[in-house]
Amino acid sequence: MASLATGIRGWLDERFHLDDLKALAQKKKVPLHRYSYWYFLGGMTLFLFGVQVLTGALLLLYYRPGADEAFESVQFIMTQVQFGWLIRSVHSWSANLLVFMAFAHLFSVLFLKSYRKPRELTWVTGILLLFLMLGFGFSGYLLPWNTLSYFATKVGTDIPAQIPLIGHPILVFLRGGEDITGSTLTRMFGFHVAILPAIATFLIALHVGLIQWFGMSLPPSVEAEWHVDPGKKKEIRFFPNFALRELMAWYVALGLLGALAALFPWGLGVKADPFAPAPAGIKPEWYFLFMFQTLKLIPAKLLGMDGEMLGILAFGLVGAAALLVPFLDRDKPFRTRRWITGFACVFLGYMAAMTVYGWVAK
Amino acid sequence: MSSGSVAEAGEMQDGKVPRRHFVNILLGTGLLASAASFLYPILKYLVPPKLPDLGSNTVLAAKVADLKPNTAKLFRFSTRPGLLIEIAAGEYRAMSATCTHLGCTVQYRPDLREIWCACHNGMYDLNGRNISGPPPRPLEAFDVQVRGDDIYVRRKQEA
Repeated sequence: MASLATGIRGWLDERFHLDDLKALAQKKKVPLHRYSYWYFLGGMTLFLFGVQVLTGALLLLYYRPGADEAFESVQFIMTQVQFGWLIRSVHSWSANLLVFMAFAHLFSVLFLKSYRKPRELTWVTGILLLFLMLGFGFSGYLLPWNTLSYFATKVGTDIPAQIPLIGHPILVFLRGGEDITGSTLTRMFGFHVAILPAIATFLIALHVGLIQWFGMSLPPSVEAEWHVDPGKKKEIRFFPNFALRELMAWYVALGLLGALAALFPWGLGVKADPFAPAPAGIKPEWYFLFMFQTLKLIPAKLLGMDGEMLGILAFGLVGAAALLVPFLDRDKPFRTRRWITGFACVFLGYMAAMTVYGWVAK
Repeated sequence: MSSGSVAEAGEMQDGKVPRRHFVNILLGTGLLASAASFLYPILKYLVPPKLPDLGSNTVLAAKVADLKPNTAKLFRFSTRPGLLIEIAAGEYRAMSATCTHLGCTVQYRPDLREIWCACHNGMYDLNGRNISGPPPRPLEAFDVQVRGDDIYVRRKQEA
């Protein structure tokens, strides 16, 4: 048995020089300091994405897109297929935790200033990935074809339609026509299982590759301390030390997902009926709630402009600013722009407050 | 625990199981058991649920007017096709239309007065017996009942 393993290793080594790979794996070090725990968030997001890929592939075995079949097929998964309820609930829970984790990862990187030179592109790919995850959330939401998802998609696709000139073509592109129909479902299904995953695979590979390339970033305060007193510098090897710790966190996350799915299984709701009125208290998923609530609060006319338009414009600007953060900060070591942190704090507070407000508001 | 005692614990002493080895076994079996508990639902999920067999043992296969002597008609028997042949005026035969070789649907050849499977040139006679080609077994024969204008086909009752 052992000789067989040695034999296979030898065969591979002869062709791929495994020792080089091993050296590469051992080269990467993870700094150990008071903020080290934040390093886990990115890996956790990646893990949850993996859970999504696996459970998503499993759901595809029984799911059927189409206005006449989608709801029934999800119902079939939930009630007839063994452990179907578990797979679907894990997919839904993991999707929500994934978005949460991606936001947590974003803000930890923002506050620890890990986006600074030379890691600008790592940040940009990360922001693009966050947008992509929101796209996954939005497109996946329609797939069970229930009342909630039907109207959420109607409202969600109506928002970009407010943009002058390109608004209407975007709406038609997203809906596959003027209205939410079976064509919209086919389209969202295509986005959700083919187009977005293809882009995500590329971006994740790039994002993770860049992290491997540059190594772990040090927060400016820790960097300054270690610069003054090099004796304080502490690092552990990424492989196996950090990887094993990360694995342990993933293991706990998997257990948590299973528990959440078992104790709070995801409901299915009522089948979508295009000719039924929108149900009272209709809300989007929590991660869109802060935008939803803002658009609800803005008056119809503001500063001589369409209020809705203004809100969309503001969120567009925030999105663009998020992409540009690394280019707004200074690239001097130890000295960073405090207003970026301040602005991030304000935005985080705004998001949290509006989400809670949207949650409790009627 | 000092580093010395760790080193000792890792070595085999007096034929006892070293502590590290013991901990590894505990950890390994625990991980294996939980991995099994994750895999079990997935494997179960992959098995498609059995759909209820809605078809009864008797189906209306055709109307008398549908068939002429020396012609045949495929009909739906539950989820599978069946073959109804009028071999002579008013004389019917019915059997499963699924070839016993690799499951293609067979057809009636009026020119040969035999049942033919196009996939691998299997031949059955009018009683469904495999007479040439690769089919290993005869086709399952059904009972035919004519009631008025309707031709009913029924699964043969166990003798």
